Amino acid sequence: MSIEAIDLPMAKKTEAPALSYRSKVGLTRLALVLVVFGFWEFASGSLFSTFWISKPSLIAAYIFKWIFYGDFFYQLSFTFGSMIAGFTLGTVLGLLAGVVLSRSQFASDVLDPFLVAINGIPRVALAPLFVVWFGIDMLPKIILVFTLVFFVIFYNTYAGIKSVDRRFTDLAFVMGANANELFRKVILPASLPHIFLGIKLSIPYALIGAIIGEFVASSAGLGWKIQMETSLYNTTGTMAGLIVMMFIVVAMNSMLAVMERQLLRWQPTSRFATAQSQ
Amino acid sequence: MSQSADLVTSSSVLQDRHSILKFTDVIKKYSSERGSIVALNGISLDVKEGEFLTIVGPSGCGKSTLLNILVGLETPSAGAVVLDGANTVDRKAVGYVMQNDNLYPWRTLRENVEFPLELRNIPAAERRRISARYLEKVHLADFADAYPYELSGGMRQRGNIIRALCFSPRILVMDEPFGPLDAQTRLLLQNLLLGLWAEEKKTVLFITHDLHEAIALGDRLVVLTARPGRIKSSHPIDIPRPRNIRHLHENAAYRALLSKVGDELAEEIQVQAGVH
Ligand SMILES: Nc1ncnc2c1ncn2[C@@H]1O[C@H](COP(=O)(O)OP(=O)(O)OP(=O)(O)O)[C@@H](O)[C@H]1O
Ligand SMILES: [Mg+2]
Repeated sequence: MSIEAIDLPMAKKTEAPALSYRSKVGLTRLALVLVVFGFWEFASGSLFSTFWISKPSLIAAYIFKWIFYGDFFYQLSFTFGSMIAGFTLGTVLGLLAGVVLSRSQFASDVLDPFLVAINGIPRVALAPLFVVWFGIDMLPKIILVFTLVFFVIFYNTYAGIKSVDRRFTDLAFVMGANANELFRKVILPASLPHIFLGIKLSIPYALIGAIIGEFVASSAGLGWKIQMETSLYNTTGTMAGLIVMMFIVVAMNSMLAVMERQLLRWQPTSRFATAQSQ
Repeated sequence: MSQSADLVTSSSVLQDRHSILKFTDVIKKYSSERGSIVALNGISLDVKEGEFLTIVGPSGCGKSTLLNILVGLETPSAGAVVLDGANTVDRKAVGYVMQNDNLYPWRTLRENVEFPLELRNIPAAERRRISARYLEKVHLADFADAYPYELSGGMRQRGNIIRALCFSPRILVMDEPFGPLDAQTRLLLQNLLLGLWAEEKKTVLFITHDLHEAIALGDRLVVLTARPGRIKSSHPIDIPRPRNIRHLHENAAYRALLSKVGDELAEEIQVQAGVH
């Protein structure tokens, strides 16, 4: 990847109107998608039975019908709603906890083993209990998402604040900053890259939480839908659900990437970094 | 203490100025599990208002420690530091250029320069005017909106210096500010600094490991001993200003001082090498 990035400027000089790096990436991705789906389309019905792996054209038709004549938006909003609610709650409280505990050595020393223990509970084991406590509507899913997102955000925020370079805080102290200014103008911006990483990492967890909740007991949602279609041996319906989920994660991630580019504009982008991100 | 008495500068111009900063018998011990080490062992130093004082000493002798005590990042194990007659040094009265480049990466150059002004609640328009004026002075107006990673080492260091200067501190404290720069850039910045100093008549405490630089810039030069740091000697620098740094070697007083202090410093560096 790095070799390609380094070669690029030279290639630009020799070839006449070279493509920009971004459009090159975009086109290659499109090609990749076409190859995979093309092979799938071809293999289904010739190499494998369509019954097991369905077929892109069938899935596309299914999704089209689902959106325009089915309950797509109802299922989507159920899953997406609990995901966003739990995600927001987890992010806000995780940030808050990270800030508070990073400021108090005593509190973090006391709470550390408990946090490790609670975070160690497999959420699949908790899900049935949440059904007993909170029923089968959105609430248990929101709480499940929350328990996953909270810890990811909390640990990243905590680590980010703890790793702020001593030189930065020393300088602010010497310049006469009070505790509030030190936090707002130095500690927070300095730990923003860590915090952002936490937020990005937590998105797949949010979806996992919502889907596990729906698998255990639900009356609606994409997870519920997938489970139902699978139990009917309708692989097309199952695949359609999975693809919609993939879209959710990619869409949320792209939104965050735009935000990140704005907020973390001050970070130098190395050749390696440009090759990895976006 | 008799030692501190004869350390008062003999330079005739500074004789009648009043003292702005005074270190009295400052001792600093650092202790860790591996034992304790004495970094500073009884430093007494009197700095006059408007004086450009340079300090040289072997690496590890406690130069940065001395400055950190002055600005309140470290507390002395014994002794006192008095700035403007007040026993607790007012942090807001000191501009500190640290040993390593320390611009905030998340702020543009302009925002970095304005940082101390923000902390002093100076209104935005006024901040903008001040930062523009200083950026102009060090030829960085075109880079005001650049982030630190987009600047060269010399540019960043100019930014560090004007950030420490723009809020009119009582004294400016610099810890090997030109250390990592190449010879050409160094000369450029030395001249810039002398220009700024001539305009503002600030009191400056300037640490360096470069003897040539110490003599070229200062009114007075203090030599520290190997660790534990004490004051070995103090020399007035009677070279008329404005000085042409590039041609200083043609000046007899410069050559004499360079050779004298050079010997003293070599002695201390040897002591240190023997200790290790
Ligand atoms: N926070 C600290 N804890 C323990 N020891 C320290 C600490 N800071 C400095 N020291 C020790 O004190 C001594 C003086 O350090 P200092 O940084 O003041 O030296 P210096 O004269 O500035 O050296 P240099 O020219 O290399 O910058 C060194 O031996 C160093 O190991
Ligand atoms: Mg030092």
